[in-house]
Amino acid sequence: MSGIPHDHYEPATSGEKWLHSRLPIVGLLYDTIMIPTPKNLNWMWIWGIVLTFCLALQIVTGIILAMHYTPHVDLAFASVEHIMRNVNGGHFIRYLHMNGASLFFVAVYLHIFRGLYYGSYKAPREVTWIIGMLIYVLMMGTAFMGYVLPWGQMSFWGATVITGLFGAIPFIGDAIQTWLLGGPAVDNATLNRFFSLHYLLPFVIAALVALHIWAFHTTGNNNPTGIDVRRTSKAEAAKDTVPFWPYFVIKDLFALAVIMVVFFAVVGFMPNYLGHPDNYIEANPLVTPAHIVPEWYFLPFYAILRAFTADVWVVMFTNWITGGIIDAKFFGVIAMFGAIIVMALAPWLDTSSVRSGRYRPMFKWWFWLFAVNFVVLTWVGAMPAEGIYPYIALIGSAYWFAYFLVILPLLGVIEKPEAQPATIEEDFEAHYGQAQTPAE
Amino acid sequence: MFKKTGIAALTALSLSAGGAFAAGAEGHIEDVAFSFEGPFGTFDEVQLQRGLKVYTQVCAACHGMQYVPLRTLGDKGGPHLPEDQVFAFAEQFEVFDPELDDFRPAKPTDHFPAVTSAGAPDLSLMAKKRAGFHGPYGTGIAQLFKGMGGPEYIYSLMVGYHDAPECAPEDFPGSYNAAFTAGGFPEECKDEHGHHTVPGSWIAMGQPLWGDDVEYDDGTEATLEQQAEDVAAFLMWAAEPKMMARQQAGLTGVIFLTVLSVLLYLTNKRLWAPIKHRKDS
Repeated sequence: MSGIPHDHYEPATSGEKWLHSRLPIVGLLYDTIMIPTPKNLNWMWIWGIVLTFCLALQIVTGIILAMHYTPHVDLAFASVEHIMRNVNGGHFIRYLHMNGASLFFVAVYLHIFRGLYYGSYKAPREVTWIIGMLIYVLMMGTAFMGYVLPWGQMSFWGATVITGLFGAIPFIGDAIQTWLLGGPAVDNATLNRFFSLHYLLPFVIAALVALHIWAFHTTGNNNPTGIDVRRTSKAEAAKDTVPFWPYFVIKDLFALAVIMVVFFAVVGFMPNYLGHPDNYIEANPLVTPAHIVPEWYFLPFYAILRAFTADVWVVMFTNWITGGIIDAKFFGVIAMFGAIIVMALAPWLDTSSVRSGRYRPMFKWWFWLFAVNFVVLTWVGAMPAEGIYPYIALIGSAYWFAYFLVILPLLGVIEKPEAQPATIEEDFEAHYGQAQTPAE
Repeated sequence: MFKKTGIAALTALSLSAGGAFAAGAEGHIEDVAFSFEGPFGTFDEVQLQRGLKVYTQVCAACHGMQYVPLRTLGDKGGPHLPEDQVFAFAEQFEVFDPELDDFRPAKPTDHFPAVTSAGAPDLSLMAKKRAGFHGPYGTGIAQLFKGMGGPEYIYSLMVGYHDAPECAPEDFPGSYNAAFTAGGFPEECKDEHGHHTVPGSWIAMGQPLWGDDVEYDDGTEATLEQQAEDVAAFLMWAAEPKMMARQQAGLTGVIFLTVLSVLLYLTNKRLWAPIKHRKDS
């Protein structure tokens, strides 16, 4: 399966041979777990395992919660309280699930930013990147629908606002919104379909994760140098790599354990820290909360959505040129989805021949500015849309698009990259000293 | 409900109901050092029992607590009433039994009654649905040690009834509370930017606690502050009855995972030593 030469599974006993000639599943697992992995991977390469763990955690806790939850507008809120009060361990399982979503997004953002810095999206890993972006979008959809299920005030009004985005599409928007909601407004039909989809999508994500892993096991992992593993022979490859088991399994498990310490502290001691108090008020279509704020992991995109108001010249121009079809609201929706689309197109927008940001003196600055900008957008997304905040949001949104559409294409042309090591082995030994004996 | 009544009553004073939510609408929240704050905090059984008394004799006149099962009053990590007292306590409430098609005295398996008076919000989750200290954007990590400020909000609301501020017109209806922000607010008390010059707003609920509203069984003096603190603690328990079990599970998790981290760190170090050409394996 892997393109990097290494030892494959050889069935030893007659029983193993019997199974292997009928279903070579042990060989598949062996090749997957023994994949040669660049030995210079740093700590930013742990997030994949953390994400896999998060998916498993969310599915396991979610299935248990679903056993006790009732997706009905009159009963949903009470059934969550039932879980919190009467189900054995229910309160802890719910808080794990609730904060597990946040951990999932912390990990996915760090994973994505690692990919952006080290050029993991570049050829030949474009398919891995695109599948990753699909997973990310599905995660957002799943998290959003999950947040609706407790049927609190933020659930209800968040659902109203977000599905309202689709209503902004010209001509067919209202029809789409009604179709999504299963009626003219957020109601029992909405809650039921969101529950159904919230249960389904994680399994779609799991399938995409398998494809994601298959894709990068074919191309091999990227690494901090961005240099390819030598593939001419098994001996050459072995100089650049170590098998995933046990070296990276143990390393990743160590990182995961440390992260779990923090996670358990949050779940045990401040489980509502990242939540919104209004969601402990049962949904009431007649009372609008003072501030409707999405969950923190949506805030950067929420900021982009709100940044393009009717008085921004780009919006006015677009409005005029399209004869009023694209108004400020629809422009904001396009910008929000566009922000993810330009990120997904990064493999083709980045023109640099050098993969890793480590050897790109100008790129580094723009990248870190992009990372800071992401934090600023998160912060401004939580602020009311008044005073100076809309201007900050507008500048941040503009930079987001400029980064992908202008800076990445341009840098490849004007930037003079620094010298790169010839091999991964060279980079590794520059760090850890020469081998006294040949590796192995 | 509460909010709406307050706003409706004061539409004449406030140009728009939304104005009450505009920037600058801040309530005055007092920080109380509750026993249950922080990772090692615990509920004080006796305080919860006092708070239950305040709830039963004062709050329950108008408010309900529909999500709280009566039997949990006997739970450890809660008021921990003896079984016979839980039965006796339950019996004072009348619940409708669809099987009998009639009302009967409540049993421990029933819940506290739901709202009995229109407009009074349910108190089951009051300590979690109001935040005295605001989210991750405000006090930050302090929440680890102080919590969300829900009980502080309840305490501040109970002791926050004051005479109307001088800037307000004299003929306003209802009461003024320094901790409550969702009610009407007179235009006269805003500066030129629309910011509120005094904390709080009008509130539909009349002052519920004055001091000596209940007689405590343990001899504690029932001052206004004492009662407010006790009922706030009780409502925190009502909103988060499994808090102590949760913190214990969290602590156990943290300790075990820390040990696991150390072991994995050492394993990892030793495993990689030959690869990294270190001799200290």
